[in-house]
This record gives sequence, structure tokens and C-alpha cells, in this order.
Amino acid sequence: MPKILMSGNDAIAEGALRAGCSFYAGYPITPQNELTAYMANNMQKRGGVFIQAEAEVAAINMVFGASAAGARSMTSSSSPGISLKQEGISYIAGAELPAVIVNIMRGGPGLGNIAPSQSDYFQATRSGGHGDYHCIVLAPASVQESYDLTYLAFNLADKYRAPAIILGDGMLGQMMEPLELKNQSPCLAGRQAKPKTKPWALTGCAGRKANVVKSFYLKEGDLEKLNLKLQKKYQEITAKEQRWEELFLDDARVVLVAYGSMARIARAAVKTLRGKGRRVGLVRPVSLWPFPKKAFARPKNKYLVVEMSYGQMLEDVQLALCGEAKIEFLGRSGGGVPSEEEIILKINKIYNG
Amino acid sequence: MDRIYSHPQSLRDVPTHYCPGCGHGLAHRLIAEAVDELGLREQVIAVAPVGCAVIAYDYWDFDCSEAAHGRALAVATGIKRVRPQNIVFTYQGDGDLAAIGTNETIHAANRGENLTVFFINNAVYGMTGGQMAPTTLLNQKTSTTPEGRNAQFQGYPLKISEMLALLPGVKYIERVSLGSAQDITKTKKAIKKAFMNQIEGIGFSLVEMLSPCPTYWGLSPCESLDWIKNIMAKEFPLGVIK
Repeated sequence: MPKILMSGNDAIAEGALRAGCSFYAGYPITPQNELTAYMANNMQKRGGVFIQAEAEVAAINMVFGASAAGARSMTSSSSPGISLKQEGISYIAGAELPAVIVNIMRGGPGLGNIAPSQSDYFQATRSGGHGDYHCIVLAPASVQESYDLTYLAFNLADKYRAPAIILGDGMLGQMMEPLELKNQSPCLAGRQAKPKTKPWALTGCAGRKANVVKSFYLKEGDLEKLNLKLQKKYQEITAKEQRWEELFLDDARVVLVAYGSMARIARAAVKTLRGKGRRVGLVRPVSLWPFPKKAFARPKNKYLVVEMSYGQMLEDVQLALCGEAKIEFLGRSGGGVPSEEEIILKINKIYNG
Repeated sequence: MDRIYSHPQSLRDVPTHYCPGCGHGLAHRLIAEAVDELGLREQVIAVAPVGCAVIAYDYWDFDCSEAAHGRALAVATGIKRVRPQNIVFTYQGDGDLAAIGTNETIHAANRGENLTVFFINNAVYGMTGGQMAPTTLLNQKTSTTPEGRNAQFQGYPLKISEMLALLPGVKYIERVSLGSAQDITKTKKAIKKAFMNQIEGIGFSLVEMLSPCPTYWGLSPCESLDWIKNIMAKEFPLGVIK
């Protein structure tokens, strides 16, 4: 199949359109603006709805509405804008609506800067808003994966009636790579709710009882019931949806753990070190929630977690390994990106230790 | 004998949680009657607010969505844009529509969304215990303006309907009252017109209803009706604004 050259941001948008996303609302913020522009250019042509919202808060609540009405819906933003959306994401989780939210992370805290970062890991993988909930979180590490995982995110969101987050960063969003537009027809947007597949959707109550989409349960015991239902769903997702890539684990003395753009640099370090006879491996979490604990089921001696943050995924690696291995950390943030050389230096330091 | 009146099909036959003399029950019923009379029950999708009417969906017997506080018009925009064949309306209080949700209100209106908005103005936050609303009158006592609203510190009652009327995307705004039998008849007409505008694709229509809140006005239900007529309607004049 022929490949085309595309940026990560564009690939996410195209993946969404081919997954049948027929509603997009967003608000400008760097470094994800290409995604919004791609939707502005393509959504209407393919029969869907594009809205430049007045704010991130409005955008996520428009997505709530479109999803409640049965449409595959998406919004995208970058770190500060994603903070604004947290209330809406909590409502989406509570109302058990499917939706896809893209966060092309930038430096923080506060307004931070527009450099790539992975400092929103906690926000994405824990309940970023209020209440006991989780979003499914997928972290692409290439343009191809940006496309593929966005497509998958819509399917998982529908399957589990839960919000799904694509967690990328400015580097991934901006870079261009060849992309294969796999196995999907090019023009699927504009489809409306199919009452058969989404019997809960708001379509007008013709021929059935009235539907209500809500997260409010005032009567004693009712909200606990909803929470128990959500927890059961999260247990199922945790059991079934762990995704990761692994490299050279069989004989590895030191295993690098990195996701997203950071994993590309980690992979380069692994290959260089292997060329020098160092037995180094890589675990690249693809799903961040659920975290791929299964990848750590047979612990190796030493792990080196590398992040564009000061140690957020690190905590999940620690939890997965439960003290059964030595864990080192290398992280930079605020625009700092750990380099291949820094990783190699760190590995050389701990390799024989 | 001819039956000239019956319980609206769109209104469930259940007791409401509203206080004695509250206007919400009336407003719910008028909307339900209008929906029935226009034959919209199977087409309509309502968006309920956060506030006293948060469980409006327990009273209306048609499709309803919740919305986060202030976000009803963003949610309604999402629904209407993907299902333009449905009739979508929001039902919002003064805090929801004119304080926390001002941004969503102004921009949905400015986009000219083909939506119907029912705006219940009772000049107070009821659900949370009678705090100052954006529409609270000067000198009106609330739990957060114990000495009465003072313009120097709390500004003035917000006339959001007049503000919205400036926008070209807005096609119809009328302020009505639930304060007397005659006013209630006018209110129902306005509700129907606001629905008809959406059916005919005319565009953004809003009906502001001055509505009694005896509990947090510290008045009896009857005194509350007088207060609407003699005091509130002086600040918020009734009639077609646009």
C-alpha cells in the first residue's frame, strides 16, 4: 500500500475521520493547531461537524452533547487546555459516554512553554478531574501509530462507553513521517447514531421510553451503584486492554522503560548499546491506562525509566515491579529532552553496578 | 361532555421536589404542554441545568441530557449539530445561564445556533441556599448579600436578554412572567413561538421567565407574585426584546 507523508497531528485527525468521527470541537492552542485546521478542512467535506469553540470548556461540553446524541466525537488540545477540560471529562466518564480527547502535551506547569513534554501523565492516567474514574490512555510513538491508535481509541471508547485519551507531545505532533492509511474507507464521517448500536443515545423517544444521559444520582446508594459499575468496567479494561512493545528482553540486564517520543530516543540508545555488546532491552508502554503491568510480570534485574517529566510513569513502573527490581530514573522537563547520549551515559553507570 | 384539559403526556405524573409557590413546576408544565400541542414529544431533546431544575429529566417524559453547571448551551450545540432533525432546548436558571455559563450563552447565541432556550430568572440561587444571582436586584437580601445587593461591591442586576438581543445571530427574545394567570397564558405563547422558530429554522430563540422563589425571597407564595409584578418587573421589563 502506498505511503503518504504526514505530521502526527494530521495523522490523528485523519485516523479520527476514518474511524467515523463526525463531530469535532476545538480551541486554538500550540502545538496541536494543525489537528484543528485539518478538521476544519476535512470534517464538513466528509459530512461531519466542525466547530471552533469559544473555549476549551465549551469544546469538551459540545463533545459531551454530540456523544450523548450518538455521534463519534472528539476534541483536542494541549496541556493548559486539557486542564480546562477536566470537568467535562469527569462528566463524560460519569455519564458513561464515549469520546476521544487528544492531548499534545507541552511544558508546564502554568502556561509553561510549547516545547514537548510528558508532564501530564498523572493527569491523564489518574482521574484528571473529580471523582473515581479512569480514561483509557494511549500513547503513540510514531506518525503511523498516531493514526492507528486514534482509530483504536474510538473503538475502545464505544466498546466501554468511556473517554479515551491520545497522549502525544509536541515533538510527535509536529514531526512528519510516512504513513500508511490502513484498512479503512476514506469517507465515513457524518453518520448519525444507530439506535441499535447505541440504544442509550438521545435521538428522540419515538417508539421507546425516554432516554436520560446523566451522572447525577442523588438517592442514597444510587451513586455508589454507579461507581461499582464503573469499577467493574475498569477491571475489565485493565484485564483486556494492556498494550506495550518490548525489545531484547530475553537477555537484558538493564531494561529501559519509555513511552511516546521519549521511547524513540530510548530505542536509539538501546540499538547503539546493543552494537557495543551491552545487553539492554526496552519496554514501551502503548496503553498508559491501563498500565501494562503484564510487561513486568517476569522482572529483570534493573530498569531505567526515562521520561520528559520528573518521574510520573516512574510510579507505575515501581507499582508494577513491587520492589522486585532496582529502578533508576532519568528525566527532564520544561522543554528538556533526555538525549541518547545522556541515556547511554546513565546506562553505562548502572550497567555493572 | 368534552374533555378540555388533561395531564400533559410529556409531564410525568410524579410529585416534584420544588418548594411551595416555586415557578419551576409551572414552567415545566407549560413546556410539556407546548411540546404535546406541537406534537414534538418524540423529537424533542432537552438539556437540563445545574440548579433547582437539575432533575427536570425526572419530570419530563422525553429524551433529556444533563449538562455541567453553565454548559447547557454547549451540550445543546453538540446535540443539535449532529441531529438537526430533532428539536433541542435548554432549560437554565439565572446562575447557570448568566453567571457561570455566560460564555457558552453568548457564543451559542452569536453562532446563531438553531436552539430554543428557556431562562428561569428568579433573582437568586435556590439550590445552594439563596445566594446572590447575577440577576439579584439592588438592595435584595440574599445569604451572600446579607445587607442587600450593593452596586458598589456587587455590581448591578445583569440584563443578559438585552445583551443577547444585540447579537445578529439571535432571532427572538421575549421576557415573560409566571406571576399571574394572564402572564402564564402569555408565557405559553412565547414558549410555543420559541419552539416554532426552531422548527421553521429561524434560529436562536430565548424566553426569559420571571419566576417566583418564595423560599429565598422570604415571602409567601402570594406575596412573591406581587413582588414579581411590582418590583422585579420594574428592573426586568416584560415584553418582546427582539
